[in-house]
Amino acid sequence: MKRLLAVLMILVLAVSVFVACDNTNNNGDDTPKVDPNKKSEGSMTYAQYDAAKVDDEVVIEGFVQGHQSWWDNKITVYLQDGDGAYFVYEMACSEADSKKLEKGTKIKVTGNKAEWDGEIEIVDATFEILEGDTYVATATDVTDLLGKDDLVKHQNKFVSFKDMTVESIEFKNGEPGDDIYVNLKKGDASYSFCVERYLTDPDTQVYKDVSALKAGDVIDVEGFLYWWKGPNTHITAVSK
Amino acid sequence: MKNAKKLLSLLLLLCFMLPMLLSCHGSGNETEHFITPENFDTTREHEIVFWAKNDTNKTQISVYQKAIADFEAVYPNITVKMKPFTNYNDIYKEVITNIPTDTTPNVCITYPDHIATYKTGKNTIVPLDDLVKDEKYGLGGSEVAFEAPTEDEMVQKFLEEGKIGGVQYALPFMRSTEACYINRGFVEKLGYEIPDVLTWDFIFEVSAAAMEKDEDGNFKVNGQKVLLPFIYKSTDNMMIQMLKQKGAGYSTEDGKIEIFNDTTEQILYMVADAAETKSFTTFKIKGYPGNYLNAGQCIFAIDSTAGATWMGSDAPQSDISEDRIVDFETVVRPIPQFDTEHPQMISQGPSICLFNKEDPQQVLASWLFMQFLLTNDVQISYAQTEGYLPVTEKAHNSERYVDYLSRSGEDNDLYYSVKLDATKLLLDHIDDTFITPVFNGSADLRNAAGQMIEEVVKGLNRQKTIDDAFLDELYGEMTALYRLSGVRQEFDTLPMESVVLLSVLGIVWCCIGVYFLCKIVKNKRQKQKK
Repeated sequence: MKRLLAVLMILVLAVSVFVACDNTNNNGDDTPKVDPNKKSEGSMTYAQYDAAKVDDEVVIEGFVQGHQSWWDNKITVYLQDGDGAYFVYEMACSEADSKKLEKGTKIKVTGNKAEWDGEIEIVDATFEILEGDTYVATATDVTDLLGKDDLVKHQNKFVSFKDMTVESIEFKNGEPGDDIYVNLKKGDASYSFCVERYLTDPDTQVYKDVSALKAGDVIDVEGFLYWWKGPNTHITAVSK
Repeated sequence: MKNAKKLLSLLLLLCFMLPMLLSCHGSGNETEHFITPENFDTTREHEIVFWAKNDTNKTQISVYQKAIADFEAVYPNITVKMKPFTNYNDIYKEVITNIPTDTTPNVCITYPDHIATYKTGKNTIVPLDDLVKDEKYGLGGSEVAFEAPTEDEMVQKFLEEGKIGGVQYALPFMRSTEACYINRGFVEKLGYEIPDVLTWDFIFEVSAAAMEKDEDGNFKVNGQKVLLPFIYKSTDNMMIQMLKQKGAGYSTEDGKIEIFNDTTEQILYMVADAAETKSFTTFKIKGYPGNYLNAGQCIFAIDSTAGATWMGSDAPQSDISEDRIVDFETVVRPIPQFDTEHPQMISQGPSICLFNKEDPQQVLASWLFMQFLLTNDVQISYAQTEGYLPVTEKAHNSERYVDYLSRSGEDNDLYYSVKLDATKLLLDHIDDTFITPVFNGSADLRNAAGQMIEEVVKGLNRQKTIDDAFLDELYGEMTALYRLSGVRQEFDTLPMESVVLLSVLGIVWCCIGVYFLCKIVKNKRQKQKK
């Protein structure tokens, strides 16, 4: 009887843990699951944003996935919702507010859609923080899309590439401190990646990890699918 | 006797108060003069830090490295630690972050606009006047252990550019101006000939003519879906140069803002006309002019002469893949002018400044290194990496440099013709160059100058109407954003009006003091009498 009771208690505990886990967001924390596509009135869906023309005013809501360093009341932010991603370039932001832009924070952005050398972005933007829901995207594996036209549909998203072979690692300045230009191969084709110093500075783990890579290393990569005359992912993590 | 005593007291008080009043201003940002040591101590080890700027060009790093090695060979007791940066703003940010902790570098490549901010810190930047002229350690001085240029061997115009408020705070390191890089084939296909000196009317007219499309929606001139006929890299320079060419106000030497004037309005309407036809855009809005030029998607690309190695079909440096580069002839011309008889163009490029430190020997060691950066080998080697011009006559007249300039087009690397054309452009127009006044806030004014052009172009792209109301609002936004209202002036000495006012106030307070003093004395005497 005692054994049965013990087994039952373990089962109840296990089920409750399972249910609790299932009720977390992708960040693995215990906040309730959110709908990353939920928009407040006046905000565009990702499809509406995607359909907007360059120079149109856009109002979007997205969750902060990362941001570059704040400077001079401006900050560049990587946002994502359930359908797509947004790159908000030099958004007006006080230093105090920049500290509130933690990963997962939901913000509402008003700005203008722009295209700069292939990168679709939002410029001249202002924002407000929307309290409550948080969402951290898991990386979408886009390895199979390399070299294909469909890759651009994932522009600015948090993505991953598997089993990439390091072709070359080049410090922008010839020595550590600034951006790192990374060329990775898949098959015979070579693709450009970048460790963007303003996103991940030399003190970050990814900067150190990429600095230590050698030609021929085979790695998995995570990062934001930035675009500059073609895919130029801003790397946030590498693993062998 | 009584009156004489009172008068004496009053005069004494005045003498005491006035110097206090006159000495209590400006102490927060006064820069003390650096006293050059009698001798440089070669028995002590010195480590100096050099923050350098390069244009994402590794050859420039190697030039710096060689310069450091050569310098250390001359002065084995000095070690130079270099930290390279790829843009001026990063240097600026780091310097102002390090000023409060006194962890600034010893020698730094920078812009004079930035120095104006650095020197608001107390005793941060070393004034160079005395150092430059020092007989033993000055430029080409008797105790300098390498062949440095003398003051007379500097290009005087460039040397003058390092003066802020009449004090030499920087030395020039390299100089450039802007050039218009032109696709000759496109201009001629449109039925025009490229004049020796471009005008703004010409460039806007040709650009507008290029917007004609065929029935498939391709631009007739290049057969592509994309054409941005005229792209300007630095719109701050564009506005500044147009104002200068028109003889209009920008700012005074002492920081009075004059940019919001009728000529600025005319220029913005001119820009609006071009932007409305989509024949004019900017780097900030669309991307690097050179990339569009090399892809056959631009006719007139205005960028720095220092960026010449990125321009043209055979450019040794390129951001775009080879399959996108089209074959065309690149013509280099000065920027467009309003008055072709009197061309005017900006002088720009890196300068060098020296940060003050407690140990004068360390400052002297830094000064020697700064001077070494002006020697022929460093000047010529660095200038050759891009379309830069050395800042010394000594380098210009050297056999090595004259030979270099004579070999244009021998290859597409060191002797790349577009780079040499751009270099010669500045060499031929040194006297036509100008700079804008430097003061605390001049960098903000420069930003506003460019931002106004950007906002007009963006406004049109966003279907806004550019009219007086738009411009009034724009002026207001720029004034607020860049804090441009009033005079952005730093006072090394108080203006006469202030001296008079403060003196009068001082005298009034003295009189009040004397009155009460007399009254107290009088009361005491009356009490004693009783």
